Amino acid sequence: MTWIETDVLIIGAGGAGTSAALHLARRGVRCVLLERGLVGGQASGVNYGGVRQQGRHPAELPIARRSMTLWHALKDLAGTDAEFTVSGHLKLARDAAEEADLIAYMEIAKRHDLPLRLIGRNALHDDYPWLGPAALVGSLAPEDGSANPRLLVPALARAARAAGAQIREHAEVTAFSHDRRGFQVIANGTAWRAPWLINTAGYWGGAVAAAFGEPVPVTPLNPNMMVTEPLPYFMEPNLGVVGGNVYLRQIPRGNVVIGGGNGTSDPAVPWSRPSAEETRAAMALATALVPRLSGANVIRTWTGIDGEMPDHIPVIGESHTTPMLLHAFGFSGHGFQLGPGVGQILSELVIDGRTDVPLEPFDIGRWTGKAA
Amino acid sequence: MKIAVVGAGPAGVRAVERLVAAGLRPMWLDEAPDGGGRVYQRPPPGLKRDPRTLYGFEAKRANALHGALDALKAKTHWRPDTLVWNIDPRARTLELLHGSHQETVGFDAALLCTGAMDRIIPIPGWTRPGVTTLGAAQIALKTQGCAIGERVALLGTGPLLWLLAYQYLKAGVRIAAVLDTTAFAHKAKAAPALMGGGAVFAKGLYYMAAVRARGVKIYEGIEPLAIEATAERVTGLSFRTRKGYPCSVRCDAVAMGWGLKPEAQLADLAGVPFRFDDLQHAWIPERDGAGRTPVAGIYLAGDGAGIGGAEVAELAGARAALALLEDTAHAVDAPTVAALDARLAALATFRAALEQAFPFPAALARDVPDAAVVCRCEGVTAGEVRGMAGAAPTGIARELNRAKSITRLGMGRCQGRVCGQAGADILAAALHMDVAAIGRLRAQAPVKPVPFTAQAAE
Amino acid sequence: MKLKRVRDAARPEIALTLDGQPMTGQAGDTLLTALLSAEGGFLNTNPFLNEPRAGFCYMGACQDCWVDVDGRGRVRACSTLAEPGMSVRRL
Repeated sequence: MTWIETDVLIIGAGGAGTSAALHLARRGVRCVLLERGLVGGQASGVNYGGVRQQGRHPAELPIARRSMTLWHALKDLAGTDAEFTVSGHLKLARDAAEEADLIAYMEIAKRHDLPLRLIGRNALHDDYPWLGPAALVGSLAPEDGSANPRLLVPALARAARAAGAQIREHAEVTAFSHDRRGFQVIANGTAWRAPWLINTAGYWGGAVAAAFGEPVPVTPLNPNMMVTEPLPYFMEPNLGVVGGNVYLRQIPRGNVVIGGGNGTSDPAVPWSRPSAEETRAAMALATALVPRLSGANVIRTWTGIDGEMPDHIPVIGESHTTPMLLHAFGFSGHGFQLGPGVGQILSELVIDGRTDVPLEPFDIGRWTGKAA
Repeated sequence: MKIAVVGAGPAGVRAVERLVAAGLRPMWLDEAPDGGGRVYQRPPPGLKRDPRTLYGFEAKRANALHGALDALKAKTHWRPDTLVWNIDPRARTLELLHGSHQETVGFDAALLCTGAMDRIIPIPGWTRPGVTTLGAAQIALKTQGCAIGERVALLGTGPLLWLLAYQYLKAGVRIAAVLDTTAFAHKAKAAPALMGGGAVFAKGLYYMAAVRARGVKIYEGIEPLAIEATAERVTGLSFRTRKGYPCSVRCDAVAMGWGLKPEAQLADLAGVPFRFDDLQHAWIPERDGAGRTPVAGIYLAGDGAGIGGAEVAELAGARAALALLEDTAHAVDAPTVAALDARLAALATFRAALEQAFPFPAALARDVPDAAVVCRCEGVTAGEVRGMAGAAPTGIARELNRAKSITRLGMGRCQGRVCGQAGADILAAALHMDVAAIGRLRAQAPVKPVPFTAQAAE
Repeated sequence: MKLKRVRDAARPEIALTLDGQPMTGQAGDTLLTALLSAEGGFLNTNPFLNEPRAGFCYMGACQDCWVDVDGRGRVRACSTLAEPGMSVRRL
């Protein structure tokens, strides 16, 4: 078996891992990114495409703010803006309890300098006449928007390669070990050695963590997605609701992407399928918000495999068992916007030994009970 | 035991016939109002149904098939006007759409007889009004009494090209020209291998001879270049003759097609593996000679399982039903099974010879000019597909679904039905890879567009 | 394009409208036949290439013949029978 040495090994070429490879390579660090399938083939490539800060757990907002800067610089960073559009994110309340939730979040937003604007019932329907009566009140985040998830990671990967990173697809890591020389992993008949290992393996990040003695309770999350035929363009903001049981956005070409509920999966294969029942349920919720969707045709459904943490925020930060092992996984259905920023932060932890983004809330120790 | 048969064309009819004879009452689903499939498609009420006019030499077969179909409906849970838009092989459910009403039904075993559609090469101008598939031109005549234009050019290759020419001539339609990309010499060389086709071969020769005898302009071994059109209509078709001379014909409509390819989306969703068949130049779902697939409880028959033609479809439908019966502990007559197997094997040899006689000109697909539209739903050009070989900011896409997700090829309403194979040929050539090595477009439910309903299904 | 009636071409006429304009078809026509039986017929405009389309496969596979029928919603013209009084709009 050939052993190849590098400075940093990264497992999992989603948004975070690929961004880490890009940022490390740009700062002259040798890195190898190993991906069991194709880059961006799981959660990072199949998600809804929301690029939003509104609604996040407050602990995520500093990462989200950092990531937003990168989104705006994507054209320079990766040669394409991945159709990133600042269309605004309009989060809707459909009853009094949901409205209270929106109002409560305004406080969190203010503390984090996130501009949100509460829109009352009359103004909401004046500004967005296509909204149905189910929408009572809305909170608009004008800095938020959306992008095309199928373009982001392949573009980051090409840029990472151009900057000197090595990316190996169809390279599932089948063995890990660690000694005083560093990490050794085996993937697809090749053995790799590096002093640093970054675990950005999505749902499977839990298995990597477990291999290093720090298991965490990550479960598969399969966002049920559908898209309509092209419809005349009418819906500018990316729509969400309190509680998140439906979310929808229209792309400039006219198709409306809608998500809601869960599909099924078997991550061991990996295999995943959307659910017809969940699709119908999401259709109904979407039509209640946007009545003119009634009669539009759905042309495609899909899902993928993301990793859900019980507290709905990811694991990010240093390993508690093994030096120079970094984790960033379990993004619980909302990692797309964070990916570029997380990758940059990981590169800072490697090169600078620190980052100015607070990571304590994401510490793996909250699950393993081990002190850092 | 719940058996579902999807499709009421020749394969579905003969499959249901065997199942009913064994005492079963399958759920029988078909998208059309009155079954029949394509070859034996029946015109809507209000149009004449004279079998000789509609089906020519196939009149007797058509009558027999329709008779069987009509007699069987009452003995099954007959569900016409119903689209099966998804199949879940683990839960063993089908998703149905009837009008705007959705329903989920369970099955223990399913026999998919989903037929085929024309295979096309996207030459410049092919998306214009006035350009249809060969199948469409035939359907227009058979079921609506219409030709697709006043002066129709027929382009492509295969038995259907010549059959359609014959049928249009008989109907008094002016044919601008028959343009066969297969050279005469190639067909002549293939003739001896086709002798085993018996009546089918004889009929084919008859059609070709009749067309030639009527003085129709015929060009063979040609390379199509472009379809010319104004905003209102097609005006002509330009091509290169076998010797390489540029040429054109005036026409106001073009029917095009290079053989057929299976509509196998449900087989894909059912988890049936596929393999690339070099001779058919298509991805074909895996099944054995009896129609069993590697997926327990899923059977395939007819053109949807691999192109065999209408006669093969009837036999394959019967054979797959017998396989299903065998697998579910019903008695089957061994000599009947043996006879079907023998006949299917013999016809398979003929089919292979037919494919060789009218080869799919993959080189034409590969060399489509950059500006030509490949994915007609989304407006994706050949140049954009070729960009997946390295020019695009997303890097190199060595796999067809990856190329789809970036270029949008196959992301339109037809989900790659029409453009998928040509797109694959173009991408593989740009990557200097074998077309089988870049994969195939993975089916995604719904297999056809399904409307939003305000209420969730009951 | 304009379909040419060559057989069975004297069926009872039925009246429809297309984008508000009166059209006639014949009983037994599909919407596709009725709507393409006049000069310059087309069924929809492809928004990405900004060009007219008139279907392609006539068998419900290509999905290029969708139209909107008042009271019925979106339908494929090739597989929907024309009925008297139908009000059809191009997408």
